[in-house]
Amino acid sequence: MSSNNHTPSPLVELLRRYSVLIILIGIAAIFALGSEKFLTASNLLNIALQTSIIAIVAMGMTFTILTAGIDLSVGSVMALSGALAAGLAVRQELGTYTAITLALAGGGLLGLINGLLIVKGKMPPFVATLAMLAVARGLTLVYTDGRPISGIDERFIFLGNGEVLGVPLPVIFMILAFIIAFIVLRYTRFGMYVYATGGNEEISRLAGIQTARITVGVYVISGLTAALGGILLAARLWSAQPNAAAGWELDAIAAPVLGGISLFGGVGSVTGTVMGAFILGILSNGLNLMGVQSFYQQIIKGVVLILAVMLDLFTKRRR
Amino acid sequence: MSETTPILRMSGISKSFPGVKALQEVHFEVARGEIHALVGENGAGKSTLMKILTGAYRPDSGQIAWHGRPVTIASPSDSQTLGISMIHQELSLLPYLTVGQNIFLGREPQGRLPGFINWQALYAQAQELLERLSLDVKPRAEARELSIAQQQMVEVAKALSLQADLIAMDEPTSSLTDVETEVLFTMMRALKAQGVAIVFISHRLEEVFEITDRVTVLRDGRHIDTRPTSDLTRDKIVELMVGRELGNIYPYHPTEQRDLVLEVSDLCDGRELKNVSFQLHGGEILGIAGLIGAGRTALAETLFGIRPATGGHIKLAGQPSKIRSPKQAIQHGLGFVPEDRKQQGLFLNMAVRENITMSGMGLVTNAGFVDNKKANGLAQKFVEKLDVRTPNLRQNIRNLSGGNQQKVIIARWLTLSPRILILDEPTRGVDVGAKAEIHALMRQLAEQGVGVLMISSELPEVLGVSDRILVMHEGRITGELSRDEATQDQIMVAATGGVENVVK
Amino acid sequence: MAAQTSQFRDYLRRYGLMLSFLLLCLALTLLSDRFLTVNNMVNVLRQSTINGIIAIGMTYVILTAGIDLSVGAILALSAVVTADMLQGGTAVPLAILIGLGIGGAMGLINGLIITKAHVPPFVATLGMMTIARGLTLTYTEGRPITGLPDGFRALGTGSVGPVPVPILLAAATFIIGYILLTRTALGQFIFAIGNNPTAARFAGISVNRTITFVYVLAGALSALAGMILIARLDSAQPTAGTAYEFDAIAAVVVGGTSFAGGQGGLGGTLVGVLIIAVLNNGLNLLNVSSFYQPVVTGVVIAVALLLHRALR
Repeated sequence: MSSNNHTPSPLVELLRRYSVLIILIGIAAIFALGSEKFLTASNLLNIALQTSIIAIVAMGMTFTILTAGIDLSVGSVMALSGALAAGLAVRQELGTYTAITLALAGGGLLGLINGLLIVKGKMPPFVATLAMLAVARGLTLVYTDGRPISGIDERFIFLGNGEVLGVPLPVIFMILAFIIAFIVLRYTRFGMYVYATGGNEEISRLAGIQTARITVGVYVISGLTAALGGILLAARLWSAQPNAAAGWELDAIAAPVLGGISLFGGVGSVTGTVMGAFILGILSNGLNLMGVQSFYQQIIKGVVLILAVMLDLFTKRRR
Repeated sequence: MSETTPILRMSGISKSFPGVKALQEVHFEVARGEIHALVGENGAGKSTLMKILTGAYRPDSGQIAWHGRPVTIASPSDSQTLGISMIHQELSLLPYLTVGQNIFLGREPQGRLPGFINWQALYAQAQELLERLSLDVKPRAEARELSIAQQQMVEVAKALSLQADLIAMDEPTSSLTDVETEVLFTMMRALKAQGVAIVFISHRLEEVFEITDRVTVLRDGRHIDTRPTSDLTRDKIVELMVGRELGNIYPYHPTEQRDLVLEVSDLCDGRELKNVSFQLHGGEILGIAGLIGAGRTALAETLFGIRPATGGHIKLAGQPSKIRSPKQAIQHGLGFVPEDRKQQGLFLNMAVRENITMSGMGLVTNAGFVDNKKANGLAQKFVEKLDVRTPNLRQNIRNLSGGNQQKVIIARWLTLSPRILILDEPTRGVDVGAKAEIHALMRQLAEQGVGVLMISSELPEVLGVSDRILVMHEGRITGELSRDEATQDQIMVAATGGVENVVK
Repeated sequence: MAAQTSQFRDYLRRYGLMLSFLLLCLALTLLSDRFLTVNNMVNVLRQSTINGIIAIGMTYVILTAGIDLSVGAILALSAVVTADMLQGGTAVPLAILIGLGIGGAMGLINGLIITKAHVPPFVATLGMMTIARGLTLTYTEGRPITGLPDGFRALGTGSVGPVPVPILLAAATFIIGYILLTRTALGQFIFAIGNNPTAARFAGISVNRTITFVYVLAGALSALAGMILIARLDSAQPTAGTAYEFDAIAAVVVGGTSFAGGQGGLGGTLVGVLIIAVLNNGLNLLNVSSFYQPVVTGVVIAVALLLHRALR
């Protein structure tokens, strides 16, 4: 209807393409000026550590959002997987790695159920995963009897607190998850079909793509990354808490949204998600360093989320 | 053409949906290297037949023979494997994927590792295809950056890449301008020369005569006739389609023109409209012709307050007005039947009554409360007046045919007795019978003193219905023609930027 | 025959939810002799008032194809401000009005961010949720405000005749909400916008104003629920209302309102609220650990939705 020949000005185009990075650098610059402790190697590593778990979960979330879906159950799945890993290791004495493998599989299974509810039950992702949010949290409470499970062994604890060549293990997991997610989305058929399914499921199906499998696949991925995040969280805290990660789904959604991934599907990259997660991480680290009360931090976080999305929309509309 | 077995023979095809026999014992044959028109009113069964051919539906009974051999087509991928490809009416490109990704969607070349895609090979193949069609489109461009015509051509490229022996095109020209249509036709002729068979579905009979070799007519789910195009006349096709003689499709009775209802001077919207000036009289049907992107829809939307004007003046019945929203436009006596019925006009999950009364809610409410008796009365009155074919007012609008849906939207405006009615492509996707009724209705409104502004990409419609014709090109009015002097050629000259008859 | 089955489906579609609710009640009556008593019934109703009132606003929002994640946080913010004013000696009616006004104002901000800045409702209200919770914590410095005047506490604990005030308030809210939605032009506009926002605008409906209205309504009703909550507890916790948005959304979904907008209504929401409340009550009566409650709620959401789908 409207002609498509508006050439965007180079500045707007630059802003559009790199808006997330610009926000990230801008915020970091403000803190670097505000606190001399901010730009030190140890603090930066600290930020990476603080960000790593939510970034891992957010990367799985990214897959669901790219298909125009959402996974509200990640916080609960984190708690349940953490509890399972700890419980199987401590109570059933299955051995740390067996327990962790089973817990990861459990997260994948919950993701599979999410996917099947959405594909076979034709439920909106929001509702299916909202139901799973409740169910998985309830199962966690039942399994833990409402009490933390502690007594996990050193190997388990090492996953959350250990270092390799001075880099904390959760950060290494985050980097690995990023590399895998990046390659999958950019170079594989599955990744391509994730974008296609999110862009328009009907068209994709007509092109012979088995969109149902793609959809189930992304929720399994989200379940797996949530499980990994939950296990790392339990390891970091030396115990699995029944209320662990309550409400984390919102941060895991905020990160991709800040990273410019459209909730309508089909647009965005996992690089954006990681930058989004770091925006959140840098915000809370920097505000802490500047002595801002944690209550105010929430307010600032909310404002940044809305402003970032507004900026993103603004630059996109300018095309 | 009859020397070899047909490439496709569908025989005795029947298909029922709950309550409807969509197809009954339909026979359909296409020869190699033939362009075959499939025509019929909406609901005649054209799309059902094509959906069976492309595997979206399974027939209840009947056989399909492909190159003379019986085949079963159970899914879209079955039909693709056979070499059957379909270009749908709604464009099926993914806007955020590149042209290359779109062309090879679902069939990406395998990379070195399983599951990986060989992007280099994909883009090289895409480039080759685009060059073969002499399309000036970059394979790495995102689909949303292309014009509608370019997207249409990419669809053709996609069909070609499937090595299709038969391409079915469902109303491929409905969103193309005449120039773009010609480009498509050139390409179709080239394909035909290569032995590709094309099924061409169109409501535009002029195009059927221009491009096709044979015509198959469906009516009410039955096969009526198949004949060489050269044996047919336009009137004959219409008669076969509707089962009765329609007479002249564009009967014309001029109406007495009254006072000016609308004066537009130097209207701009900062993007597409550049100093548009014109006048509209009560009792007049003013046609607006032009290519897609010429700014016709922008003009309608600016007049109706959907997009802001950045300069110029609008006078309604002599009074200067500043309209900033559709709501204000309605208060000033304007009505607007938008181009895209489903996206911009209908409330698809709501009943006929709600769809009719939505803009005139003030007429059927007391202090904000809906008076059911009034609402039913008003809706019923217009259902009868416009002969909307619906079982009752509670019927979901979704279940009505395109023509009846369009009548409901027109009825919505008529409840408000507008002084100016703007119609953007009022008969797109509407069958021949309803089309004539809508034209008659526009004339009737003009007779009542309404100023009617009709945007249409169908030149015969513009020429047949309008009292006066404006032609737009790149946001400007480049021609004004009276009914008597207007010809297709003159309109095309002005629409492509020619200088004849330039206003001012 | 075909007509008969479709009639049966129609019947199920219309009354299936009510039927399931009645079956649930019947089962609980058989399983526990404490279920079908006046006391317990009043108890169930009282427990559903807060979720019920929030769910009414949420239904409006979801009908426009939106979502409001901030209702729980808005509840807390208006509750703590009201409590603080009451302790500072502000007259009860004024404090209530200001509390409701804060809820409405937060909703107004949601609405403006959504309609003017075109931020998707999910993101806008997620941001508002964080902001309102942060404001609440900042305002209270993380501490509860306890000890409210008796005149105010009547909102949560009083009764008119045999009927507790919260139930009256919820019933009145429901009736007004129901009439507004089904009998007025505004209600039609809300359905129209949920159906097709572009067509609604082209038809001359003030789309932005209507959408803003539903968020204001959702905010104000959250505030009202917050008043009842603190009046009953005699204390305003800064963490009050956490995750209430999910309960409200659950009730709306169980009630059959479509996430796509434009389809559904308050009748379903009412039954949805009651089903969830009765289930939780039943689990209590049957001495099932409260840990199972979220599991059951989750399963009910899924099953209800599958049934709605199957019948559609």
